Amino acid sequence: MERVEFTKAMRKTHTILIPDMLPIHFKMIERVLRDEGYQVELLQTTGSKIAQEGLNHVHNDTCYPALLVIGQMIDALKSGKYDLDHVALAITQTGGGCRASNYLYLLRKALVQAGFENIPVISLNFSKMEKNSGFKLTLRLLIKLIYALIYGDMLMWIANQCLPYEAAKGTTMGVVDHWVAKLNTQFHSLRFLYISRNYKQMLTEFSMIKRSCVNKIKVGIVGEIYMKYAPLGNNNLVDFLLKENAEPVVSGVIDFGLYCLKNNQVDFSLYGIKKHVQPIAKLAISFITHCQSRMIKAIQKEGTFRAPGTFDSLLDAGEGFINKGAKMGEGWLLTSEMVELIHSGVQNIVCCQPFGCLPNHIVAKGMMRKIKNVYPTANIVAVDYDPGASIINQENRLKLMLANARLNERMAHGGTAEYADKKAHVYAYEPH
Amino acid sequence: MYKLGLDVGSTTLKSVLLSDHDEILYQSYERHRSLVREMSLSKIKELEPYLKGHEVQLAISGSAGLGMAEIGAFPFVQEVFATAGAVRRYDPDSDVVIELGGEDAKILFLKGSLEERMNSTCAGGTGAFIDQMAALLNLDLNEMDALSLKYTQLYPIASRCGVFAKSDIQPLVNQGADKANIAASIFQAVVDQTIIGLAQGRRIEGKILFLGGPLSFLKGLQQRFVETLKLDAEHAVFPSTAPYYVALGAAVYAKDSTDIYTYEQLIEKFEKIASTRIKNHGLKPLFKDNGEYSEFKHRHQQSDIPTQDIHTYQGDAYIGIDAGSTTTKLIMIDEKDRLLYSSYTNNLGNPIDVVKAELTDIYKQIDNRIQIRGCAVTGYGEDLIKSAFHGDCGVVETVAHYTAARHFNPDVDFIIDIGGQDMKCFRIKDHTIDDMVLNEACSSGCGSFIETFARSLGYDIEEFARLGLTSKEPVDLGSRCTVFMNSSVKEAQKNGASVADISAGLAMSIVKNALYKVIRARSVDDIGKQIVVQGGTFLNDTILRSFEIELGRNVIRPSIAGLMGAYGAALYVKTKQLKHSTLISEEELAVFSHTSRAISCGGCTNHCNLTINTFQDGSRHIAGNKCEKPLGIKQTSENPDLYAYKYQKLMNYKSKPGKRGKIGIPMVLNMYENLPFWHPFFTELGFEVILSGRSSKQMYAQGSQSISSDTVCFPAKLVHGHIQQLIDEQVPIIFYPCMTYNFDEGISDNQFNCPVVAYYPEVIAANMELDEQLFLYPYLSLHQPNRFYDKMQAFLKRFGCDISIKEIRRCGELAFRAYHAYKNDVLKAGQEAIQFAHDHHKKMILLAGRPYHIDPLINHGIHKLLTGLDFVVLSEDSVPFITPYEKVNVLNQWTYHARMYNAARYVCKQPNMELIQLVSFGCGIDAITSDEVKDILREHGKLYTQIKIDEVDNLGAIRIRVRSLLAAMEERK
Repeated sequence: MERVEFTKAMRKTHTILIPDMLPIHFKMIERVLRDEGYQVELLQTTGSKIAQEGLNHVHNDTCYPALLVIGQMIDALKSGKYDLDHVALAITQTGGGCRASNYLYLLRKALVQAGFENIPVISLNFSKMEKNSGFKLTLRLLIKLIYALIYGDMLMWIANQCLPYEAAKGTTMGVVDHWVAKLNTQFHSLRFLYISRNYKQMLTEFSMIKRSCVNKIKVGIVGEIYMKYAPLGNNNLVDFLLKENAEPVVSGVIDFGLYCLKNNQVDFSLYGIKKHVQPIAKLAISFITHCQSRMIKAIQKEGTFRAPGTFDSLLDAGEGFINKGAKMGEGWLLTSEMVELIHSGVQNIVCCQPFGCLPNHIVAKGMMRKIKNVYPTANIVAVDYDPGASIINQENRLKLMLANARLNERMAHGGTAEYADKKAHVYAYEPH
Repeated sequence: MYKLGLDVGSTTLKSVLLSDHDEILYQSYERHRSLVREMSLSKIKELEPYLKGHEVQLAISGSAGLGMAEIGAFPFVQEVFATAGAVRRYDPDSDVVIELGGEDAKILFLKGSLEERMNSTCAGGTGAFIDQMAALLNLDLNEMDALSLKYTQLYPIASRCGVFAKSDIQPLVNQGADKANIAASIFQAVVDQTIIGLAQGRRIEGKILFLGGPLSFLKGLQQRFVETLKLDAEHAVFPSTAPYYVALGAAVYAKDSTDIYTYEQLIEKFEKIASTRIKNHGLKPLFKDNGEYSEFKHRHQQSDIPTQDIHTYQGDAYIGIDAGSTTTKLIMIDEKDRLLYSSYTNNLGNPIDVVKAELTDIYKQIDNRIQIRGCAVTGYGEDLIKSAFHGDCGVVETVAHYTAARHFNPDVDFIIDIGGQDMKCFRIKDHTIDDMVLNEACSSGCGSFIETFARSLGYDIEEFARLGLTSKEPVDLGSRCTVFMNSSVKEAQKNGASVADISAGLAMSIVKNALYKVIRARSVDDIGKQIVVQGGTFLNDTILRSFEIELGRNVIRPSIAGLMGAYGAALYVKTKQLKHSTLISEEELAVFSHTSRAISCGGCTNHCNLTINTFQDGSRHIAGNKCEKPLGIKQTSENPDLYAYKYQKLMNYKSKPGKRGKIGIPMVLNMYENLPFWHPFFTELGFEVILSGRSSKQMYAQGSQSISSDTVCFPAKLVHGHIQQLIDEQVPIIFYPCMTYNFDEGISDNQFNCPVVAYYPEVIAANMELDEQLFLYPYLSLHQPNRFYDKMQAFLKRFGCDISIKEIRRCGELAFRAYHAYKNDVLKAGQEAIQFAHDHHKKMILLAGRPYHIDPLINHGIHKLLTGLDFVVLSEDSVPFITPYEKVNVLNQWTYHARMYNAARYVCKQPNMELIQLVSFGCGIDAITSDEVKDILREHGKLYTQIKIDEVDNLGAIRIRVRSLLAAMEERK
């Protein structure tokens, strides 16, 4: 199969479609790429046709994220919205031992099958896997992208602490939209670099949102990266949790970036490979963790909201559960995130995984027993997502998790396991 | 204050009414036939004498109740939670609760850390599953239950998912195994399912409360649980309230509610619920209008075959018998292929009796006017029927079907056959079978699925199908496996979909499942232009119509759609032009009888469960065997078999006691590849290497309690059993390293192991009790020896084993040499095998799998089956690597899988060699490799055959595939 290159000339003529994963972050990424001269368009389509196109064009035992992302692209190409001679696609490629490294190739196969073989596909990767003369990840672009992710994480993190409590519906997303717009203009200049000032102003604005002070159940979301973040993948899990009167806790995507960088270091120490990337990995980790710690400090200083944990605490959390050498898919990161959530007082966890996800057999389902042994009050539910799994089945499991969460909460506050007034009888429960 | 709890499940409606003093005033358990809302309303009306004049609190539970609760603004309680609440109130000293419902299975651990689990989306060992199995055995639940108590032997039946179990049971039925044994085995499968799928490593002990309909009605199921969990009467509690327990929980939960209703208010609310319809995102109706319907009817009446009167015809006749999985089809044709006699009978789990009755009937009608000149048998029960009635020959199923379709439409280029249990389709190119797809075990719930589904809703299949034709808005139920469809149906019920819409929606799903999941059609044109559809399932007009709609093309459905296999067999035997048929005579038939007996074969360690049918003339037929041994025939084949060769080699490693004590190595996953390194390495270091030994079902069962993911591949699940074996043998150290990277063999872009192979030791460490032993699972890589020596030295030192780097290096170098010697030896054996095939004019099959596929428990003896059919068997690592390697269209980054691409390219250059790809169910990587391997082979005009294997031991289906492949190879010559 001949690869269609994305050439320099295409930068001017072609619209690049990218699939959405994180609604807040990707709006900024779209802007950043446009500023660099790429005519990018974010695909935010929904509907059952997307999964159907995926099923029709990708081997059906392939993981759900691939079905959705590829289905979404095919669906877009078929929609008639785009001039097929002037459209390109972009997809990320992580390059690990998981199937996800193959999404790019599966997409190309699907395009050939659907008769779109002339459409160029750009691989977005940091491991020099495939190059296109028309698309260059310059240092400037890279820095802007990292900032977009860092800001996106902050907005998502704080917004999730406001949404469940906002007095007037929509005010939180109003602040988020305002900041996305504001940051987008900042990316034109160098103003986006004033990270502390931005954090401070953000926090002030969020803290001014009128919120009720009821106590809601906190539910952490972990999982395969697409399933964890993309509403299209997890059937709007965040909205569901909000509707069920819970507070979603979703850690930032930059941790995944740090995880990938860290893996280079681990590979070097375990196997002596990837020597040449060590200086870059070290530099990048210290740069990103520096930005992250400024975010944490800003939140702590302002005082209204919970701050996320540091990357170091995440590294520690996984110790004793899984080795850092387990690096395929979300690898040790997923296990560590579950433990970190519990450490931070979030006992209730939804683990979103595509049905049949290989790494998750190890790092998610494989670790739950051990986590529960160490933290008996942990309330973890694994939810499988795939085109055939019905929403009711998923929601039923989520509701069970929520019911248990409420029971645990009531008992932690001195209540009993009974629904009504009957006093506690034999029921072994040790408050954590 | 009264408390009313309603539990609206997937198939049943349960209710419990509590008095002011929490005594149960009323309880009920009824099937709701999918009329959820109407039933609920009439239930309230029925309760009028109780409710009138009282204040009532109400709560709803159950998967289909959510929609009702939303409309009525009633409190809703998740069903597991409801159960837990009722247990705390009524049976507080329970330790564990096991509850089986219609389609859900749940387990609650109440002591210690509270844990509540439901079956995952891919697991069907529940009430609906038992219903389906009973239907399969043609028993009602009570009969099945009573029979199961009289069992003498248990068969291993896949316990993961209902669909799998079904394909395990079917061969047993066809072999004539005792129904009592099958019934008990089905219950045992449900028990195993509960332990593996639900408990997932946590022990079920203490006082156990068994709840839900099946567990309270089925004594046999109770017995299996009690025996398996080794419980006494005190610790196994089967309360009389078991079927209503969730409703009871809902009633208890209702107490908390602040909403209080009168009877009249309830009626008003439920009337509103019954009249509310939620808009489904439905599909288009099957027919626009009546005109379209009559055109459809008329068109399909065209496809007919002429008949000939059996009572007047004089001359020769030919009989074809298709002994299918659930039905037995028999056809007799005359010289001009006209139909003299036909029958389509549900074999009621006993095909022999059916054939006997039909033959008797035929003999009665033919007098001396008609001479039977041949009888051919095809289908699952081919061997049994052929030997029972002395048929002239057997025909591979696929060949029989093509023969029939070709007779019908000489230009046919695509045939799809959906039967009760299986689905096959073939593409025809230049009048030979070019490509063939049989459904994998996973999607085998084809026609009989609709039938049992209809029955569980309280409809017979004809009525159910007829209703589907009238559907205004078929529900969209997705296209996955049938277990998923069940829960989609549940969702539709929740939204108040009508039976007609469900019927049509199911038909659409079955069709989509066939097209996209089984055939993997990429577009309509991919299917073909001259399409013949056959199989009993297509006699259902709803399915036929759905198929045409999905394809956007008209197809031919012969009027004998369900009999095509038998028709093909009859045509086939006719071409043989036999002088005399060996078919059993009228006299012999009159005294024909048979008995069947189940025994466990002692021929080898496989211990196959054999069913021995003995006929009145003293002849016997043995089924269930994997090899020829129990048949009393000397090993027929001396053909080289690389699978057996490699396995033998690994099993022959000898250990000797050493100065450093014992070290245990599990024979699992990548150990089948790396043992030739580790064994000499540790032996040379002075360890006595203890291997976990050969896999067996018992071994698997021993470790199954600690399996943490029920959807991981079988080879990975098997690791638990091997480790358990080493634990039981009290080997002080168990060594099982994590290996991200593999050797670079020069045929791939990267050299990864798959995530499961790479990190499974982590799962073992996290889920198995290894307190007594040292479990060593270092992260190592063998592709850089120097690095390996350093790491290994440091690692062993940490565990108090201080060995000098010099010694490690010496032993390591020796081990690397041994490993390469092993690899070269396999290669050499491969070359010799190919030479043997050339010299003896044998056909060759390259069985392309992963290293661990040589484990006979994993490959189910497929290689033996192949040598039995006179093939020479090669493995993917026994042919030379073609370097520089050609790029493939995907990222070629896994060492084991790169070998398959290489093997495919190698096969393309060899005459007389075809490739069969072995795929373990759940192997995500193969979703990528299989398309690629297929493309490579097809580019070069080779056939592609994929066999999916799991813990299911269903050699029958594999046999059909391999024989079809053989037939296709012959035809292509």
